[in-house]
Amino acid sequence: MKKLIVALLLAVAPVLSQASEGAHLHDANIDISDQASLQRGARTFVNYCLSCHSAKYQRFNRLAKDLGLTKQEVKENLMFVTDKIGDTMQVAMPSEEAAKWFGKAPPDLSVIARARGADWIYTYLQSFYQDDSRPWGVNNEVFKDVGMPNVLWELQGAQKPVYKTEKDMAGNDTQVFDHFEQVSPGSQSPEEFEETVRDLTNFLVYVGEPIQLKRHQMGKWVLLFIAVFFVLAYLLKKEYWKDVH
Amino acid sequence: MSMMQNFVGWIDDRFPMTKVWNEHLAQYYAPKNFNFWYFMGSLAMLVLVIQILTGVWLAMNYKPDAQLAFGSVEYIMRDVDWGWLIRYMHSTGASAFFIVIYLHMFRGLMYGSYRKPRELLWIIGVIIYLAMMATAFFGYLLPWGQMSYWGAQVIVNLFSAVPVIGPDLSVWVRGDYVISDVTLNRFFALHFLVPFVLAALVFIHIVALHKVGSNNPDGIEIKKGPKGNRWSDKAPADGIPFHPYYSVKDIAGVAGFLFIYAAIIFYGPDMGGYFLEDNNFFPANPLQTPPHIAPVWYFTPFYAILRAVPSMYGSAFPGVIAMFASILIMFFLPWLDRSPVKSIRYKGGIFKTMLWLFVIDFIILGFLGTKPTTATYKLMAQIGTIYYFAFFLLMPIYSKIDKTKPVPERVTE
Repeated sequence: MKKLIVALLLAVAPVLSQASEGAHLHDANIDISDQASLQRGARTFVNYCLSCHSAKYQRFNRLAKDLGLTKQEVKENLMFVTDKIGDTMQVAMPSEEAAKWFGKAPPDLSVIARARGADWIYTYLQSFYQDDSRPWGVNNEVFKDVGMPNVLWELQGAQKPVYKTEKDMAGNDTQVFDHFEQVSPGSQSPEEFEETVRDLTNFLVYVGEPIQLKRHQMGKWVLLFIAVFFVLAYLLKKEYWKDVH
Repeated sequence: MSMMQNFVGWIDDRFPMTKVWNEHLAQYYAPKNFNFWYFMGSLAMLVLVIQILTGVWLAMNYKPDAQLAFGSVEYIMRDVDWGWLIRYMHSTGASAFFIVIYLHMFRGLMYGSYRKPRELLWIIGVIIYLAMMATAFFGYLLPWGQMSYWGAQVIVNLFSAVPVIGPDLSVWVRGDYVISDVTLNRFFALHFLVPFVLAALVFIHIVALHKVGSNNPDGIEIKKGPKGNRWSDKAPADGIPFHPYYSVKDIAGVAGFLFIYAAIIFYGPDMGGYFLEDNNFFPANPLQTPPHIAPVWYFTPFYAILRAVPSMYGSAFPGVIAMFASILIMFFLPWLDRSPVKSIRYKGGIFKTMLWLFVIDFIILGFLGTKPTTATYKLMAQIGTIYYFAFFLLMPIYSKIDKTKPVPERVTE
């Protein structure tokens, strides 16, 4: 009977694993414990993102503590809108104005990495391509007709998509995105740009949940304590149950 | 007499302290052959206590306001000392509660714990399960993310499918024409209230349990067996005092549970998007319907049943009926099982096959409830729904014709 159940469960397993769908995402391959990467990501974030996007639940002093920076360093390099270290990362741009300019107010990015996932952000930021039909002259392969301009174009340069022809399920030829082709170079090489985006993604993942840096470290002590407690509880149970058996 | 005895005597003259202690713990005789499945009852009580305590502490910093709710959760996660831990204990606790309860209910199904004389005990249990579902549903709105908002929208809209009074009923539930600040406020009030009703129901559940005595994996009534054990001449021979034997055993069970619970809290509180859904990290937006709305995993089997039933005369009411019927049918279980034996150990192949298929069916329905409907998935959900009801409705027949094995006189080790 039990073998039958295992067999049935194994038969269902492939169906259950067909969970991922949508655009093909690249592995962000971030390392949340890499403080230098987080610091570089923070700099990219305040220089390129924070003018339009807030991270209104992230405090500067928390950032200083978690990223191993002094308050002075944060004030000089990362704080442009406020001079109070206890403030959160707000934007100066009023959201009504922003909605007029971009069609939609740029969303707050505090927990964007938790909503979208690191791979999505990593791929999205590298997937802008030239499209003259769009207001900002760019479109995005991951987020169709996005209202956001390619703010990193200076670093990345311009690119255009190359399509290949594939048969769809009905047997008709369709154009499927294959890869990007560099049109004009940016100030960074493609490899450098990938690193910049990876650092920025890493930073956004950190901002999504600052405590995760400590959570993992604490976890092993908690589990160790419970494991020892379990052994003692089990021995106590065995001792008492000598009466029963 | 010592000071202590004096003190206890003084209390006992005014409150039955020693009497209650003995009747429910030190001289409550439970069958000695409990196995793994019998940890779930005490674990469910533990999780209830965890949920109430963490919930009260969360409420100290949470703001039930459409403008502030989402931010106040992030405030708890970042600025409140240990707020993240309390929040993850609560969010993981919600899923843990359902896991433990589903295992507890499955134990009841396996060993026939709903059979005479435990019908009322089972019914109180189903009421507890309903109260749990209500609590979870109210609570899920509170983080005020996209899934909170649209999940509640979909479920409250079900009420509008009720003929004639439906539209008014759904407005009455929401307090508004859409899910709004008013709805959030009342859901918060109810999310705070119902757990205490739940705690009272658990008390009643235990009073009923101690009246009839615990069932066991053999489904044998130890009270009807021979009397006399090393603790008492009048107690059932196969019974052992709950305290200290099961109290120390349950402590080991608690440690085992806490290990898994803590591992999730510290290493994967999202549980791959099942315990905390990715979409719920987008703040609620009444103007933007997400492409795919699914409830949290513990509701998805019933959601799959809801979607599997086709609309009739342009009304989704039949699906709503099917969904509620799938839960309410559990009330009738004690009278649907006509087998001469209680435990699956002595039941025949038909019942065993039906039960295991039911478990697989429930898991598949749960999976389908998380997915967007496609033609294949819809057909699978319809077959699953038919089997779900067949398991209950055909039970009077298959449990009767099933070949059973002889039940031993005494419990087996």
